[in-house]
Amino acid sequence: MNVVGKSRKHLRLLAGLIMGLVAVLLFIGISISFGIVDISMLTVVEAFLEFDGSREHLIISTTRLPRALIAAAVGACLAVAGAMTQALTRNPLAAPDLLGINHGAALLVVLSLFLVGGHNLTLYAWAAFLGAGAVSILVFLLGSAGRGGMTPLKLTLAGVSVTTLLSASTQSILIFHERSLDEMRFWLAGSVVGRDLALLVQVLPFMTAGLLLAFFLSREVDTLQLGDDVAKSLGQPTKMVRTLAFISVVLLSGSSVAVAGPIGFVGLAVPHLVRSIVGKDHRWIFSYSAVAGAALLLLADVAARFILDNQELPVGVMTAIIGAPFFIYLARRRVHKL
Amino acid sequence: MRGEMMNRRPTTLFALLILLAIAFFMANIGAGEYELSLWEVVQTLFGLGSGEHSFIVNTLRLPRALIAFLVGAGLAVSGAILQGITSNPLASPGVIGLNAGASLAAVLVIVALPAVPLGFLPPAAFAGALLAAILTYWLGWKEGSSMYRIILVGVGVSAIAQAFITIIMMSGKIMLVTQALIWMTGSVYGRGWEHFYALLPWMILFLPLAFLLSRQLNLLQLGDDVSKGLGSKIEWVRGGLILVSVALAAASVATAGTVYFVGLMAPHIARRLFGPSHTTLLPASALTGGLLVLASDFVGRTIAAPVELPCGLITAMIGAPYFIYLLLTENKKSGKM
Repeated sequence: MNVVGKSRKHLRLLAGLIMGLVAVLLFIGISISFGIVDISMLTVVEAFLEFDGSREHLIISTTRLPRALIAAAVGACLAVAGAMTQALTRNPLAAPDLLGINHGAALLVVLSLFLVGGHNLTLYAWAAFLGAGAVSILVFLLGSAGRGGMTPLKLTLAGVSVTTLLSASTQSILIFHERSLDEMRFWLAGSVVGRDLALLVQVLPFMTAGLLLAFFLSREVDTLQLGDDVAKSLGQPTKMVRTLAFISVVLLSGSSVAVAGPIGFVGLAVPHLVRSIVGKDHRWIFSYSAVAGAALLLLADVAARFILDNQELPVGVMTAIIGAPFFIYLARRRVHKL
Repeated sequence: MRGEMMNRRPTTLFALLILLAIAFFMANIGAGEYELSLWEVVQTLFGLGSGEHSFIVNTLRLPRALIAFLVGAGLAVSGAILQGITSNPLASPGVIGLNAGASLAAVLVIVALPAVPLGFLPPAAFAGALLAAILTYWLGWKEGSSMYRIILVGVGVSAIAQAFITIIMMSGKIMLVTQALIWMTGSVYGRGWEHFYALLPWMILFLPLAFLLSRQLNLLQLGDDVSKGLGSKIEWVRGGLILVSVALAAASVATAGTVYFVGLMAPHIARRLFGPSHTTLLPASALTGGLLVLASDFVGRTIAAPVELPCGLITAMIGAPYFIYLLLTENKKSGKM
């Protein structure tokens, strides 16, 4: 491709990205205005410009805004984490959960429930973050043990085995401790409801660090996709790149699971969609993933309020119900050569 | 010379595994709240025991032990076939949506429709498994089947079923939810002759069929191009193998719930012990899987008695560390696996 063609393609992608960002802002607006009490868009804008302490404005600032922002942030982080995991394992079926992050988080949340008891979202958040971190380190060590160092397949297998062991442990607690199960089944479904803005602010540094690290690595990740041998001969310190990439996944999905519980499917499906639009350049894959992930989770969260009359569905359920049919469609349309 | 060793080893190993299976079988029948000695077990099995022993053995423990073995064998062979067709060491009956379909049906019966008698659970789960597998195969079909596409579609189908499971589990009564969770973990608790006789025909029909097709499975592994060159029946052979695999797994899961990990792990153990050729691998997987579930059920019944742990938990707790061991030793020899 000549230089002009390339820069034109970049311009087109940039325009698409900006449109995506506008869509995300619009979805945030929609998410704030629709609910049990409908609030007009005008009031939403007013609440930001001149807050007057009225009932509508209070609803916006205490419940609706945190919910929308958390959905957007978590969606973006999960999608980028998914894109990074798929690049790291060179496996299009990999999701951040493969590295044991959700299951590590779940086990520690169950343990904290079992030992401390009670409904405390902040406690869950820290337990989840700690569990996600500890377990991913274990997976990392197992996946890079042995002579060849970390290979995509070894990392995948290490993830599967650790994940299985953890989920059996979690299940054994849940089966024998009914009270934990009663509380846990809601956490396990994944949700962005009822979280404080303060919680988001606490994990925001980790999320930002993870996102920056991912973008910083995007060129190196491109090279890594050519295979270890090629990357090494181009002078890339592959071990270092893998380690940093792994850290960014842990930061991104660890903070997401801490805030919202284990939300599946975004991390698996969004990168697939994005790659079919932007191709193989990870700078674009990551930025489009962030935007598309935020949009999907916002949309799922809005839809979750309207499916059932008297009850909200957890957003984790909605992402699968919206995302999976699309994913199947994509698999049918795009996988023909394999 | 190496070939000679490989030829001699399997027979000894087979004999050893069979002996182990018989040992766990006897132990399973002997152990429990009412302990029986080995001699008493043997006597009762041959119809010479006292009336009380006969009730404990023939009504309570014998069908359960038989079911444990058959379920393990069915899941393991099913997994071995799928790993063979996909050439993917991560494949298991779960990847074609089967487990999620069975679970959704079971959760529906247990939690959402508690009025339905539990006798309907196995046929419902069987139907759920079958439906999900058919849906996956059908959606994955496009001018011929591609296993990669089928797996991707299976992921999607599983995710949708899982979403509905989550909804039901969140809104159900907690006692019923616990029951459903135990079913999904996999357990042979309280299974009797009626379950055994429902399971047996499937195993009698499809296990030998799987063994018969094992040569074809070897050919399929050479890749589509090569195996097509050897004969153009590839779609039929693959379809037939998938059918066998689905029938075995669906019947097993309907009987014992989604016993975790056996379908994934038993073939790996068998492959390590007996080598990759499917003519030995499939029978070896059956034996390994059966032994694994029998042993897990024995451990689950005795380790925390009088409380019983579902055998599905134990298979995962034995299975995962084994997998890690496999990982750490295998890659020293070659990065392949």
